[in-house]
Amino acid sequence: MPIQYYITLAIILFCIGVVGVLTRRNAIIIFMCIELMLNAVNLLLVAFSKMINGFAYASDKASLAGMDGQLFVFFIMVVAAAEVSVGLAIIVMMYRNTHSVDINFLNRLKN
Amino acid sequence: MNQFSHLVYFIPLFPLIGFLINGLARNSLSKSATGLIGSGVILASFILSVLIFLEVKAPGFQPVIVNLFDFIRVIDFNISFAFRVDQLSTLWLLIVTGIGFLIHVYSTSYMHDEAAPHFARFFAYMNLFVFSMLLLVLGANYVIMFIGWEGVGLCSYLLIGYWFKNNDYNYAARKAFVMNRIGDVGFLLAVFWLIAKLGTVDYNEVFAKASTLSTFDVTAITMLLFVGAAGKSAQIPLYTWLPDAMAGPTPVSALIHAATMVTAGIYMIVRSNILYSLAPFTQAVVATIGLATALLAATIAIKQNDIKKVLAYSTVSQLGYMFLGLGVGAYTGAVFHVMTHAFFKALLFLGAGSVIHAIHNGQDIRNMGGLKKYMPITHITFLLACLAISGIPPLSGFFSKDEILAAAYEHNILYWIVGVLTAGLTAFYMFRLYATTFQGSFRGTPEQEHHLHESPSAITIPLIILAVLSVVGGFMGIPEVFAADSHWLEHFLRPLIAKAEPAHPLSHSTEYMLMGTSVAIAMIAILFAWTRYSKKPEMEEATGAGKVFANKWYIDELYNAVIANPIQKLGSFLNNIIEKSVIDGVVNGVGKGIQYAGRQVRLVQSGQVGNYILLMVLSMVLMILLIFYGHNLNPIINWISK
Amino acid sequence: MSIIQILFWFLSALALMGALMVVLSKNPVHSVLWLIVVFFAISGHYVLLNAQFLAIVNLIVYAGAIMVLFLFVIMLMNLNSETEPQKNNMLKIAGAISGGSLMLIMIDVVSSASDIAGKSALVKEGNIGLIKYLGKSLFNEYVIPFEISSILFLSAMVGAVVLGKKGEAKAV
Repeated sequence: MPIQYYITLAIILFCIGVVGVLTRRNAIIIFMCIELMLNAVNLLLVAFSKMINGFAYASDKASLAGMDGQLFVFFIMVVAAAEVSVGLAIIVMMYRNTHSVDINFLNRLKN
Repeated sequence: MNQFSHLVYFIPLFPLIGFLINGLARNSLSKSATGLIGSGVILASFILSVLIFLEVKAPGFQPVIVNLFDFIRVIDFNISFAFRVDQLSTLWLLIVTGIGFLIHVYSTSYMHDEAAPHFARFFAYMNLFVFSMLLLVLGANYVIMFIGWEGVGLCSYLLIGYWFKNNDYNYAARKAFVMNRIGDVGFLLAVFWLIAKLGTVDYNEVFAKASTLSTFDVTAITMLLFVGAAGKSAQIPLYTWLPDAMAGPTPVSALIHAATMVTAGIYMIVRSNILYSLAPFTQAVVATIGLATALLAATIAIKQNDIKKVLAYSTVSQLGYMFLGLGVGAYTGAVFHVMTHAFFKALLFLGAGSVIHAIHNGQDIRNMGGLKKYMPITHITFLLACLAISGIPPLSGFFSKDEILAAAYEHNILYWIVGVLTAGLTAFYMFRLYATTFQGSFRGTPEQEHHLHESPSAITIPLIILAVLSVVGGFMGIPEVFAADSHWLEHFLRPLIAKAEPAHPLSHSTEYMLMGTSVAIAMIAILFAWTRYSKKPEMEEATGAGKVFANKWYIDELYNAVIANPIQKLGSFLNNIIEKSVIDGVVNGVGKGIQYAGRQVRLVQSGQVGNYILLMVLSMVLMILLIFYGHNLNPIINWISK
Repeated sequence: MSIIQILFWFLSALALMGALMVVLSKNPVHSVLWLIVVFFAISGHYVLLNAQFLAIVNLIVYAGAIMVLFLFVIMLMNLNSETEPQKNNMLKIAGAISGGSLMLIMIDVVSSASDIAGKSALVKEGNIGLIKYLGKSLFNEYVIPFEISSILFLSAMVGAVVLGKKGEAKAV
């Protein structure tokens, strides 16, 4: 498949995530939108790794070129899982204190 | 040989030390200590000056230049801080330190009523003044002279405004300062011009290269120098500060405004006589202005009733004489007149100070009279000084004035006529002053009369010394008519003066005739004034032409109307309109704009993370636009930068 | 149109619709469910690109673990469309416009980039997505990052526990 398609798809997904972050006030939804953006990037990384692999594949069917990109995706998933565990803990704590998940209550930066 | 000449830097150093001691320790020194230090340092300078004078007088003396350090050095342009000892500077050294010493001694008594710190302040200023004057005289180039030039201007300001609690005195000080500053600009421009054209300000080099200057350059330089001299020596149109400068204590008037500082202009022109000889146009201007000043000031002096004002205008008038001498090429005559004038004018001022002291700070001669019998020494010395300034032989003023008048006659007979007329006026107003003050009967309050007394010896001894000098000072320059080759001063100064041979030398009979005429006119004026004012002084307000004289030709009013008022109007316009509405408006507007912007921009910092992210995304959009589409802006950027 | 192309378009449409519904749903539970749909679609793309390992991990980690966690938290808090906080319309429009313009610009930039013009990703074939080769690489060249990531997990776990306990203490 043309790499342009994957890039465009990833961009659209990413921007939907951005719009979600910008338009929602629910902290959990915003968090999910961030996961969405991460996934868009993951998709892009895999597509590029396959593109690199495709160059070498023409001459060597067993080529492992471009595998780094897929390993990166793996690590991103690892980090995302850790992030989610901490982030959700924070949201739960915030809910306990304010009985809301509205990020507008998180305006302590103002002071 | 010349061992003392090489120590010349001690001469200005002594007064500087005195200034520092008196100025810094003024709160702890007693009055007698202050007076001792103040006078002692001048005495030390005077003694050294005499020693140097004896060396300089010896035959075969060559000018000594003592180079202390490089003052300004820019690549190949060098101004050194150097002193120059030659005949001219030695003469001025004697005048400044000698008369300065007498006046310091006089001041110890005259200023004795001041509180100790102010007494010390006075002596500190006086010492600083002497230091500056010595710097002016000794400097080996125009820049050092300019330092001294500015220094005496500053000291003049400080001393005129010595009684700073009186606002009128402060205004007088300010006026003197501003008038001097106008002249200083001329001097400074002349120095710049010299540097631009010749690349040096050292006297030797300037005079050596003077003939390479174009006529226009040399005329412009000398004219600018003359502007400086006119400011310092109180010539038209910058003379009005000098009479107002009488606000200072009387010794100051004697030292600064009669004997030394006002002669700085003369000194500078005599020093530059080689340049002036190359600029006939400037010489004509100098002579004309000098003559006009002499006449104008003499007419004003006739109707003044303040004893010091009369003397002040007399000083302006005599300075005019000296400039006349300079203008007609009689440099020796001008220097001669500076010296004799220094003697008798210092004597007159000190005598006036003695009188003022006696009647407790009254200065109006209408309230004096009959002081002859109360103050014999002051009376006699004052009379001698009046005779000297009137040009009665064989007192000093006769010789010097006659030399200038003779030179003027050689040059242009019109100069001579006006000069003799002024001499007559001088004799008249001096004896009007003398008769009103010392003859007749006392017209002050009985209480004042009760206190009338002769001044203490610290005042009378300088008076006597100066009287002797006023009487015999003229024998330095006996004209050829009386004894061939006896003009000692001319011999002395010859190495420095570009002596222009007169076009048609005067015959002896002509010269006798000239002397006779001027002496006769002076005698008639004296007799007229003496008889008229001894018995019946002029008490009523002047009318007619006299009113114009009494009001000083309305020159101050003219300056106010033509120069000061428009500038003040402009100033208040700038203050009220430009400053308050435009500049303040802009400044306050910027402040308000920033405050407003701050209030608005503060809302961005809402603490709402969502807003921050929104801005972040917008910024990313802008950045990408700039990076990837920025080249589309190139034509616009080019257009702006063009 | 080959089966691969059909699958590609189908999965793309599914992902986009899911993503949109995540943002647009009023009920957070629905958002979570739609996000799971997106993850499934992306896993489908991975399969299509012959990245089998990532496809499985994506399903297990994201759709399995993470989304369950989300769902669990939402249900714990008893969130639904009634309690959902809403931004005002101006901010929504502003967010949509800025996000949209970001998208347009990035697409425009990418589509005009000459580096990638005419290049394509290898689909259905190639070895690099297979667990055999990834595992070898992971435990040879990438063994240190791999171990470090385990420390990251440990610290994240500790952090989550500490945060939870702290909140409890405060509540008491």
